Amino acid sequence: MSNNQSPYHYVRPEVLPLLTGGKLFSEGAKAPTRASFAQTVIELGATNPDIVVLDADVSKSIGTNQFGVKFPERHFNFGIAEQNMFAAAAGMATTGLVPFACTYAVFASLRALDMVRNSIHYPNLNVKIAASHSGITPGPDGVTHQGQEDMTIMRAIANSTVIAPADPDTTVLAVRAAAAYEGPVYLSFTRDPVPQVFGPDYPFEIGKAVTVRDGTDVTIIAMRDLTAHALVAAAHLAETGIEARVIDCPTLKPLDEEIVLRAARETGAIVTAENNVYFGGLGSAVAELLVENNPIPMQRIGVRDTFAESGPYLDLLDKYGLSYGHIEKAAQDVIARK
Amino acid sequence: MANVPMSVEELKQMAATIRCDIIEMICTAEAGHPGGSLSATDIVTALYFRLMRIDPENPRWPERDRFILSKGHACPVWYAALAERGFFDKSHLGTLRRLGSILQGHPDMNKVPGIDMTAGSLGQGLSAGIGMALAGKLQKKDYHVWVVVGDGESQEGAIWEAAMSAAKWKLDNITAILDRNNLQNDWHVDELMPIEPVADKWRAFGWHVVEIDGHDMDAIVPALEEARERTGGPTLILARTVKGKGVSYMENVCEWHGKAPCQEEADQALDEIRRCSCEQ
Ligand SMILES: Cc1ncc(C[n+]2csc(CCOP(=O)(O)OP(=O)(O)O)c2C)c(N)n1
Ligand SMILES: [Mg+2]
Repeated sequence: MSNNQSPYHYVRPEVLPLLTGGKLFSEGAKAPTRASFAQTVIELGATNPDIVVLDADVSKSIGTNQFGVKFPERHFNFGIAEQNMFAAAAGMATTGLVPFACTYAVFASLRALDMVRNSIHYPNLNVKIAASHSGITPGPDGVTHQGQEDMTIMRAIANSTVIAPADPDTTVLAVRAAAAYEGPVYLSFTRDPVPQVFGPDYPFEIGKAVTVRDGTDVTIIAMRDLTAHALVAAAHLAETGIEARVIDCPTLKPLDEEIVLRAARETGAIVTAENNVYFGGLGSAVAELLVENNPIPMQRIGVRDTFAESGPYLDLLDKYGLSYGHIEKAAQDVIARK
Repeated sequence: MANVPMSVEELKQMAATIRCDIIEMICTAEAGHPGGSLSATDIVTALYFRLMRIDPENPRWPERDRFILSKGHACPVWYAALAERGFFDKSHLGTLRRLGSILQGHPDMNKVPGIDMTAGSLGQGLSAGIGMALAGKLQKKDYHVWVVVGDGESQEGAIWEAAMSAAKWKLDNITAILDRNNLQNDWHVDELMPIEPVADKWRAFGWHVVEIDGHDMDAIVPALEEARERTGGPTLILARTVKGKGVSYMENVCEWHGKAPCQEEADQALDEIRRCSCEQ
């Protein structure tokens, strides 16, 4: 890449001037990715009569109640009965329907986990698990509603495909790809609005991570809502002369091993950033790969071994060590260990 | 501090005070669940200011009666009752859902004096109550366990697993109160996923069922007193309630499940609650 070219890829031009000073979070256009999911599943339902939507009494919060308005005969609200809903989704999938079963991440990945594992993933059925309120994005509701382990749990299940798009537009692409894919897919969305970072030219493909900023000093691999923070961190680091590569990793599983190993080779230091507990998720997946292939200095950003609490979403990211400032610091530390 | 046990008249006044606390808390927090807090207010008030053997100075007193709000999202009513009863300073009420607050969006037993069980994931509180009731029997303590369950919440299979086990062990030291407001998050319970005939279901599961108007203090108090005295098995009080009770624009309106009133709406609500309690 020549010097006069922007190091950024697929980042919306209007976002670039907002990357420094935290302006992205105060001034940038924002939307919760759950809303993009709902809009996309309605779009898909219009052309694919096999798509059905299952809800468990949080359809108004996710927005899938609108699917019910458009396609009432293909919308099933099971009430507050997540276990019944997921096992029923499995049954529907055996007939060729393509169920999108929707609830919050805690309930999808924990309350109904046995159904999700034994009735969906073991028989490898074509159920799409749509989980909103992932990570600690449902701030004020507090711990019982914060799905801070969903990436870790879902990654541990055989046959799983785990997707956590970074922003509203890439969510649209991810949901379309999940619908086209045959087999169980776990899709994770944010409750809170997150910045609109990427344009519609973003090359979403299941199993592929995307380099969204070039750099050779360190690589930050981020997912879901922390990709925006990684970009801000990289912009700040650039002001201090550090060129950080940023990789958005919307598919946690299967991990894009090739892009990670290339980044390890070319930049020699890696920071991972996820709004999820810092074990078993993205950081662990990258560490497992590196330790067997190219054990370079690495640091993980994620929720430590603790529950969070109620509070505004961005304040929680700060308090629990997940914000761009923490990513910057981790990048500096890991470079020092090279 | 409140003079307990209260008369029915005093309980009615206290319920109005708690309703005002709920509105103020949720308005200040700009988030929370007013509808289900207001529907449970009269029951929670009767328990905390008349029925329950508790000691605000000693919130973990081993002999105390236990209370579990299984529909944990309605915790503003619980926090208000505990504050009015003297478990903690009322100034905390203004910190609901704030960073660092003891008053989490859903109740945390390790943060708030008087909260006997953490809740928020629906369908678990009745089982926790059964655990406490079994422990009470085992340890020969004569405390009573009170659990408030939502009607939407009773769609969870776990509620019925709990119901079955309370009957099997003939737990007469637990009383469940069903807050039958016929609304849940998305819509009306009877249309979304019907639970009727709900009294028959509980009877079939081995419970003694008592039906009351969940806002009539003259009916609530004797029903709770009888439930505490009854022996041989568990009692379910089927409390017919109105979601948003006491605030005209919230009553029976689904949207007020999880929405905060703005200041203007809160002022109107407070006005209505105060006026109504003066007329009593
Ligand atoms: C297991 C679980 N699923 C979903 C939710 C989200 N949720 C919170 S409140 C609520 C509706 C509760 O309705 P109901 O039990 O009737 O309570 P009330 O009407 O008294 O507020 C839902 C679905 C939850 N807290 N727990
Ligand atoms: Mg209800």
